[in-house]
Amino acid sequence: MNDMVSADIKGNEKLVSPDDPHQVVAGDGPPKMTTRNVDVYYGEKQAIDNVSIDVNLDNVTAFIGPSGCGKSTFLRCLNRMNDTIPIAKVSGDIKLEGEDIYAPQMDVVQLRARVGMVFQKPNPFPKSIYDNIAYGPRIHGLASNKDELEHIVETSLQRAGLWNEVKDRLQDSGTALSGGQQQRLCIARAIAVDPEVILMDEPCSALDPIATAKIEELIHEIRGKYAIVIVTHNMQQAARVSQRTAFFHLGTLVEYGVTTDIFTNPTEERTRDYITGRYG
Amino acid sequence: MPNSGTQHTVKAFDTDINELRGMVAEIGGRSEQAIAKAMRALQKADLKLAEEVVKEDKLIDDLERRIDELTFQTIALRAPMADDLRELIATFKISGVVERIGDYAKNIAKRVPVLAEGKKLGPVSLLPSMSQVASELVHDSLEAFARRDAALAEDVSERDQVVDDFYTSIFRATITHMIENPKDIGQAAHVLFIAKNLERIGDHATNVAEMVYFASTGEQMPERDRGENPADILADPKQDGSE
Repeated sequence: MNDMVSADIKGNEKLVSPDDPHQVVAGDGPPKMTTRNVDVYYGEKQAIDNVSIDVNLDNVTAFIGPSGCGKSTFLRCLNRMNDTIPIAKVSGDIKLEGEDIYAPQMDVVQLRARVGMVFQKPNPFPKSIYDNIAYGPRIHGLASNKDELEHIVETSLQRAGLWNEVKDRLQDSGTALSGGQQQRLCIARAIAVDPEVILMDEPCSALDPIATAKIEELIHEIRGKYAIVIVTHNMQQAARVSQRTAFFHLGTLVEYGVTTDIFTNPTEERTRDYITGRYG
Repeated sequence: MPNSGTQHTVKAFDTDINELRGMVAEIGGRSEQAIAKAMRALQKADLKLAEEVVKEDKLIDDLERRIDELTFQTIALRAPMADDLRELIATFKISGVVERIGDYAKNIAKRVPVLAEGKKLGPVSLLPSMSQVASELVHDSLEAFARRDAALAEDVSERDQVVDDFYTSIFRATITHMIENPKDIGQAAHVLFIAKNLERIGDHATNVAEMVYFASTGEQMPERDRGENPADILADPKQDGSE
């Protein structure tokens, strides 16, 4: 696993200049999502200040930073979850495969199928395990018959590493599973609608270390199939699962670069103080 | 980026790091002293002092073990990152290297009784100046560690050339002496080993300096040009001094 990660990163120069942390970092392969000069206001208060980041398929991107730094706010811009907050105002360019996701003609429901999300607290529907997965494909019309739907349910659960644990009890309630299983069920549910990007907002903070390790392994397994962006408070986790790390502080992007560089030799003093536990 | 000196939110982490820095300073001081004592014993043919150096090497070995234990423990418990991680890795490696420096001093001390017996060979007169420079390198490399001073570390690495040059001239003078006085070969061999020990001490001080540079900057120190290789002198006398 480590070999793969380092092979990806090897030879990459430090990707961001110390003078300009907003400089866009080139990933390996074309960007899936591009963001340019994004500002977010909650009423009068500016929560995100001029952030530009690219996300691509080959790299897991981690957002780290202290509470209130804007990392979750920024993540929620990527599938317009901030639309649900009346006072939130987002400006700047955010594109998915070159398409402006804030364009008036953009279908938000469709967008959220393409850019799926997994939350801090597992939130399965109070339905059977089967229906949790089948719900999305049904409303998006992804399966034309029962066999196809069953196939989607099975492959989604397999990709989420949950199939062997639940294949004999697909009609049991999703809420009866353990916390870690529920979270993998939520990831399977996101996978079921064949997204391009999966956003994860603190996906392991309610889980024990074993369940956390399973999610991390799962992230590693699905990297390359989906572009993954993860917000985490756990810096060791960011170091373990990501190939690119962005450090946010007070609504600005302080540093964005190759994860191994950020954690062994960061360029910015604020990044260094945060990751070594000297912040504040 | 060098350490900012700002304290960690978890103060016990700073306590561990400070304790380690103290122990590195101590192991460094003890090895420096061991070199000085061994050389004084050699010059004055003081067998008692030589004995003392051999005995005191145990303290250096103990310190190395304690440094390694605490470093290991701190890495396991604190999961250090960035400059903290680099410093702890450097500490771990430096303790091993400095312990070796102590071993070389002990090895010099062990040769004192043999050299105390015979007459003083000519090349011996260069050893005190050589050991003076080697000792300064050890001192400065550890000073660089204490101050996180990458520039001083680079300086140490450059000055190692002086020790190497000393070694080359002692090597040459001793070989010449051996050819002219075959009955002194036994003694001369010991002189050669002492010079080699001092040369290795200089190399190890350079190793310490390289780790200090890495801990402080996050980058590897650029390689310096190596001077004349004594093996070449023996292999082909015509190449003498041509490099």
